[in-house]
Amino acid sequence: MALDSKIPSGPLADKWDSHKFASKLVNPANRRKHTVIIVGTGLAGASAASSLGELGYNVLSFCIQDSPRRAHSIAAQGGINAAKNYQNDGDSVYRLFYDTIKGGDYRAREANVYRLAQSSVNIIDQCVAQGVPFAREYGGQLDNRSFGGAQVSRTFYARGQTGQQLLLGAYQSMQRQVAKGSVKQFANREMLDLVLINGQARGIIVRNLVTGQMERYVADAVCLATGGYGTVYYLSTNAVGSNVTAAWRAHKRGAFFANPCFTQIHPTCIPVSGEHQSKLTLMSESLRNDGRVWVPKTNGDKRNPADIPESERDYYLERKYPSFGNLVPRDVASRNAKQVCDDGRGVGESGLAVYLDFKDAIQRLGHDVVAGRYGNLFEMYEKIAGEDPYTSPMRMYPAIHYTMGGLWVDYNLMSNVQGLHVLGEANFSDHGANRLGASALMQGLADGYFVIPYTLAHYIAGTKVEKVTTDHDAFKEAEDNVQQRINKLLAVKGSKTPRALHRELGQVMWDNVGMARTDASLKDALAKIPKLREEFWQNVSVPGDQNNLNKNLEYAGRVADYLEFAELLALDALTRTESCGGHFREESQTPEGEAQRDDDNFTHVSAWEFQGVGQKPNLHKEPLVFEEVHPSQRSYK
Amino acid sequence: MRIHLTVWRQAGPNVGGRFVAYTAEEVSPDMSFLEMLDVVNEQLIKKGEEPIAFDSDCREGICGTCGFMISGIPHGSQPHTTVCQLHMRKFNDGDSFTLEPWRAKAFPVLKDLVVDRSAFDRIIQAGGYTSVNTGGAKDANNILIGKDIADAAMDSAECIGCGACVAACKNASAALFTSAKITHLSLLPQGQVERTTRVLNMVERMDTEGFGSCSYEGECEAVCPKGISLKNIATMNKEFWKAMLQS
Repeated sequence: MALDSKIPSGPLADKWDSHKFASKLVNPANRRKHTVIIVGTGLAGASAASSLGELGYNVLSFCIQDSPRRAHSIAAQGGINAAKNYQNDGDSVYRLFYDTIKGGDYRAREANVYRLAQSSVNIIDQCVAQGVPFAREYGGQLDNRSFGGAQVSRTFYARGQTGQQLLLGAYQSMQRQVAKGSVKQFANREMLDLVLINGQARGIIVRNLVTGQMERYVADAVCLATGGYGTVYYLSTNAVGSNVTAAWRAHKRGAFFANPCFTQIHPTCIPVSGEHQSKLTLMSESLRNDGRVWVPKTNGDKRNPADIPESERDYYLERKYPSFGNLVPRDVASRNAKQVCDDGRGVGESGLAVYLDFKDAIQRLGHDVVAGRYGNLFEMYEKIAGEDPYTSPMRMYPAIHYTMGGLWVDYNLMSNVQGLHVLGEANFSDHGANRLGASALMQGLADGYFVIPYTLAHYIAGTKVEKVTTDHDAFKEAEDNVQQRINKLLAVKGSKTPRALHRELGQVMWDNVGMARTDASLKDALAKIPKLREEFWQNVSVPGDQNNLNKNLEYAGRVADYLEFAELLALDALTRTESCGGHFREESQTPEGEAQRDDDNFTHVSAWEFQGVGQKPNLHKEPLVFEEVHPSQRSYK
Repeated sequence: MRIHLTVWRQAGPNVGGRFVAYTAEEVSPDMSFLEMLDVVNEQLIKKGEEPIAFDSDCREGICGTCGFMISGIPHGSQPHTTVCQLHMRKFNDGDSFTLEPWRAKAFPVLKDLVVDRSAFDRIIQAGGYTSVNTGGAKDANNILIGKDIADAAMDSAECIGCGACVAACKNASAALFTSAKITHLSLLPQGQVERTTRVLNMVERMDTEGFGSCSYEGECEAVCPKGISLKNIATMNKEFWKAMLQS
């Protein structure tokens, strides 16, 4: 099957406008006759639900949390990019587009990224109109900061809680539609299967997480905005409830999974303290604006950081990358942290940490300015690590943070399954092999506010769907399929907890498919994962039954899906023998140790087609064509 | 460390519950309170018993999902700290705690420590927004907002909607939650158009959901993990009476 990305023809800057004009429209009076399912209520899902509700569609919104306001977008700290050029420092739509393509190491689609950069300016306007309290200058204008590898200040922020404020803005808009009746909200629901009728996505099976009952919902189209799969590594900065289940079940129904090996490791997270650790906490990248990263020059120097003189410190990012310094992109910063720790120069009890030091910033700016910029982050660090960053440097280590891969979508955000649209982190489209800081919020909101209202209308207006109810055989088949899996989980009655098995899977993934990957490590992962999966199905323990709130049963189902998905991730990483962005194959590096792309063989999207659990999936390649930007070796020297 | 727990166990929404005693062994000071409960639950699951149901998600204090009473105090005794951010290094070997769900008529218990907080969504539905549709917003810098005003709005907007304020209040009032949203939007130019109807509708909804009245004890502010100030309630009352006079 040939993948058609449906990228519009014409000059890059005109593609989206001409595409919008060419797209079909749904008459306002007819919209309420069309039902749209949206799974997930993060930035992408909530913004899509509110926007489609405003347009008059009959929207059904689902989330696994007890309220849509709790989706994991809420945890994003640093900010959101937009090409407003309010700072008069040379920013433009084209520059944001260029930076995103380059930052993604030339593995994203030009047309999608350009549209993203164009939409970015509207997002800020929209959010301000909603009352999002962005940081302001004394004159009343919006404040900006430079963020994660950008040489312009284009990041808008609301203290260290930008994700929270943007999500609450979208959530509040959505609640307004709930009050009006155009959006029906179903919290505490987990999507467990996708229902296809005549090859079209027409519904979902969900489990009501409070009553345990199965529920069926039918619609004209289905949108998944279910986030990323970072918790396949067990420990990540994602919420403990984040999972791949909805996307994976859609994949098992035919939706292609693209570039699963493109995972992002965030360089500044609080290090692991022990086996009990349930998640890792990220400290915003914005800290690198003023914090300086260093380790001792000598191996095994266990002195208190305050006792190590300047001359014996290695500010390795400033040394190796004089022009970007501490602001190099995430993948570069992460790999360098790993490297100095592998060399034996890591700090802290485990030796798996580097210092992020604010001493100079406090001297230069004063305590109050630093507190104003990072106060809540410092407080958070102090709570978790038990040390005061105003007086001693933070200890940081990289952790899994974001996943660029996801379900394959075309320019309309539709997967290869007719009617199945995928938004936000759940799709693969805009960040290539590495996402720039403050770009995830931008993409989630661009997809939901400004892309899907047009492209979904085009789909609905141009597609004939059969009139069906949830009594259709396809619903019954899907529900039976879900029920069988739950019965199977409850019947094992083994002796290992889902958490223990998840932790083992996470260790395999982190060790073998983490920051640096090799042919041998990936083959090792591919040998271990099926064994773990087998053990899971023979030895997992899920007490209780399905007819009430049973969090362990929910969790077991998600771990089971991860035990299937992990194999695909490792296989994709094995197949892509080049290094690019967050995917670092040790076999493919420059003499300086940077990621070495192989453009001749890998300038494509790898889209995988499910063939059965434990069966080798089929690989489909979507070639990436660069008309505007010529791929070059990234350099941040 | 060894920690003694007395935990409210309730199988479902409309059944009685009871306290059950557990002991958490080998608790590390680096664990969060929830990670300690994870370990207790691991032991229960291995024995084939149902683990203690409690809510949590982001585990970094921002999503507002977690929260229960620790010996009578929502989120426990540390100021400005959600239970997921409460670390065991703050406690001593041999300490005992009683864990209970939020107790409020408007927050029915679903299971063990999990309650239904959908009433908060319905308060927001009554007016906790600006009525602007997607598209058509003017350039963001056309709305000038002083830094002090933006900062004050942010102070209110930081509410995470966890419900600790309701749990701490002897009247189970949702005044702090509701007033935080009303204050956030009433401070900003964008919130002026609907300022009057917003406060009237949200306050009315707060009452019909079964939350009690505010009697200014300040328990809510004392336990709020985000430090939302009691001043928000004063603002809400001022806004309410102004709106009553206008309407």
